[in-house]
Amino acid sequence: MSEYNGEIRKMMIILSKASIENVYAAFVLANGARMEGIEAEMFFTFFGLEAVHNKKLDHLHVATVGNPAMHMPTMLGGLPGMEALATSMMKKEMEKLDMPEVREFLEILKASGVKLWACKLAMEMFHYEKADMFPELDGVLTVGDFYKQATGIGAHMLFI
Amino acid sequence: MEKLIAGKTVQVNEEGYLTNFNEWNKEIGEALALEAQVALTPKHWELINYIQTEVKNESPLSIRKIGKSGVVDIKDFYALFPNAPLKTATKIAGVPKPASCI
Repeated sequence: MSEYNGEIRKMMIILSKASIENVYAAFVLANGARMEGIEAEMFFTFFGLEAVHNKKLDHLHVATVGNPAMHMPTMLGGLPGMEALATSMMKKEMEKLDMPEVREFLEILKASGVKLWACKLAMEMFHYEKADMFPELDGVLTVGDFYKQATGIGAHMLFI
Repeated sequence: MEKLIAGKTVQVNEEGYLTNFNEWNKEIGEALALEAQVALTPKHWELINYIQTEVKNESPLSIRKIGKSGVVDIKDFYALFPNAPLKTATKIAGVPKPASCI
């Protein structure tokens, strides 16, 4: 506990999933860090890239299959329209809590000084170009570059 | 607990937030801003007034809401109060720390 008394100075948040509950968890953690005066950077990899893909980020869904916390039989969760229904219900609840939509949330993160990085390897795997992505994305990085961004005392890394 | 701010003894909580807004005045706001290393400009004051009005109307504060206040956008808000803007601005304004995660 010698580094700034163990204080967190920077959060490095890696998002590897695009189901809306994971995306929001990552966004709330990044935004919450900035609200406390903590620096924050995000690294979008694998399916997490969808959260910064310009054509996909407005259409993310809740996972109704393979999600025990939905308290819904897996077979029901797999029915057509079920994900859309669960998603619209969740979005209504979130709007009540003043939670923005994904695009507006990304804009808030950028305005708050959060850096947004896409994973180079995953970009290549999905055949995405920088031009396909959210316009304010800071860039495309290798894992090594992202680790370098974390340099400094009090930096913490979180994988979602 | 009690704290002497700008020559006046006021009640504050353990984080230094005033617990009774009626004890707040501009001089106290200025002293709290100095403690937070914020040099207050007319824009800061406009925002402080906005925050005080919202709290008076029992309307919950969030970063998103400040961005839609018409006073500043979110980028400007962070420029005015670079370190933990909502926490700092509410402390200077003499209102409770918002229990908001967004």
